[in-house]
Amino acid sequence: MLTVRPDRVAGLCYRYYLVLSRSSFRVMDIVFWPVMDLLVWGFVSNYFSSLGGSAPQAVTFLVGGIIFFNVLYRAQQSISVSFLEDLWSRNLLSIFVSPITVAEFVSATYVVGVAQALAVTLIMSVMAAFLYAFNMLSLSWYLIPLFVNLLVMGWWLGLGTTALILRYGYQAEALAWAVPFLLQPICAVFYPVSVLPAWLQSVAWFVPATHVFEGMRHILSGGNQCAVYLIKASLLNVLYWVATTIFFGAMINRARERGSLAKIVT
Amino acid sequence: MLGLGLRQLPPEHYGFAKIVGHAQNAPSAITQSQCKPEAGYEPENLREAMSAVIEVRNLAKKFDKATAVEDISFTIEKGEFVGLLGQNGAGKSTTIQILLGLITPTSGDVRIFGYSPWKERVKVLERSNFSSAYVAMPPNLQVRENLEVFARLYGVRNRSRKIDELLSLFAVDHLARKMTGALSSGESTRVNLCKALLNDPELLLLDEPTASLDPDIADKVRGLLRQIQKERGLTVVYTSHNMTDVEELCHRVLFLHRGRIIAQGTPGEIVENLGESSLEEVFIAIARDTLKVAPGPSSVPGTAPDVAQASTSARNDGESKSEDASVEISGRPGREKEELC
Repeated sequence: MLTVRPDRVAGLCYRYYLVLSRSSFRVMDIVFWPVMDLLVWGFVSNYFSSLGGSAPQAVTFLVGGIIFFNVLYRAQQSISVSFLEDLWSRNLLSIFVSPITVAEFVSATYVVGVAQALAVTLIMSVMAAFLYAFNMLSLSWYLIPLFVNLLVMGWWLGLGTTALILRYGYQAEALAWAVPFLLQPICAVFYPVSVLPAWLQSVAWFVPATHVFEGMRHILSGGNQCAVYLIKASLLNVLYWVATTIFFGAMINRARERGSLAKIVT
Repeated sequence: MLGLGLRQLPPEHYGFAKIVGHAQNAPSAITQSQCKPEAGYEPENLREAMSAVIEVRNLAKKFDKATAVEDISFTIEKGEFVGLLGQNGAGKSTTIQILLGLITPTSGDVRIFGYSPWKERVKVLERSNFSSAYVAMPPNLQVRENLEVFARLYGVRNRSRKIDELLSLFAVDHLARKMTGALSSGESTRVNLCKALLNDPELLLLDEPTASLDPDIADKVRGLLRQIQKERGLTVVYTSHNMTDVEELCHRVLFLHRGRIIAQGTPGEIVENLGESSLEEVFIAIARDTLKVAPGPSSVPGTAPDVAQASTSARNDGESKSEDASVEISGRPGREKEELC
């Protein structure tokens, strides 16, 4: 299960590239919604700033938040939606009866997640620079660990979502889109954690993305002590990544035992 | 009779190109190095001694309280073309899915090339392939692109040449740039078979490959499958509800009913021993529990008969029927459990 041959991972990535390049709707899905988010939130925050409120950095925080949230979302989607697309096209059986290990299958979706997240971040950053004078590079070198932490969180969220689809079948497919948005209010994408009720703040700190968004706001407001946020986010991510990998493996084994893997892929 | 007639015709008669350059590439035997076992998994000398491609021993699969497969055993040797028959719910899909490593059994053991299909699945799947009428490839990719992807997944060398060769073999080279989703059933079946032969498999599992094909295309596909199997020495496990397919192609048939093998032998012998006029009549009689000949006592429940003898003579003859082959008839008419898958 843990064997990973780069040539086979490359073969799967090539397939994802072909499928994506042939589907203008999928490309639009990947680019359209982030761009719409950016436009709506950016103009809303511009409007609030023009009212002369006491939050001069509202645009920066909101635009930074929406760009970073899309990193997480794209990484998660690349795993769970790729899995669903294979299910819908009745192609998953051909993959599962080829000499592809589960680790290779998952690795390919990770690579696709990185590519999609990078592409979306690049597009949104350029737009944000033109429309709102928001400079992603103002995060300096912190940009990389912040990005990587959201990417990893997207990976384990995607893996967990896929495991639930394996467990519950098609009825759970809505989770592929819902899960990131379930976490969005908790992980303080657009506002500080302190805004949340006290009991929810305690929950929020167990979500890696909360530390990432708090760290981002800290840097954007001129702070330079982001390391603590990054360390906490990284530790939580490693913990959850290991846990969801074990959970995913257990769900695959369970699906093989109960015959649901054969049912779901045929 | 139709089968005999077709066998005497050249491949071009089927409307497909003649196979070139494969027979010499096909492994002539399962060599010692190919069967190199996992350390500590099984005694070295035992695995080396095995010549069977598939060995199933006392296989059972239960889903909660329902039994899908119950204590079946059989052996399939290199070069055999074996039909797995039975009505819906008989256990053949579960058996195929266990062979493919998609389902783990409740008890019993399966060895393919000497390896466990779920514990050492990559070693098995590198040397096998699968095609089904019910499996598709991404519809928005061209035929050639889909084959290119699978060639990469199977680590095929000289991918382009191999794909050209197979497209030509199945007479679908003109479809190379066509979107896979726009193919007809017949075209799709042939493209799926191209995919199934990309890695020059030693074992081919075919799940109703001629389902939904018109008689002409089904006949061409049967002719080609027979030709490929013979020229490459392929081992084929074949499920179908089309008894013409089975009578024409299979050296041997395993009849499953309510999770058990109740009859096995060459198609002709099964028909003769069960006192029916055709394999289709046998199928119907088994399904309706109206066999003219009552299922006889099994020598050992679930144990295969002298399979090697049957298959060897079938191969040597180049015919579906073998006078030397034995037939086992066993069963449990009173069994009421149904399979889930």
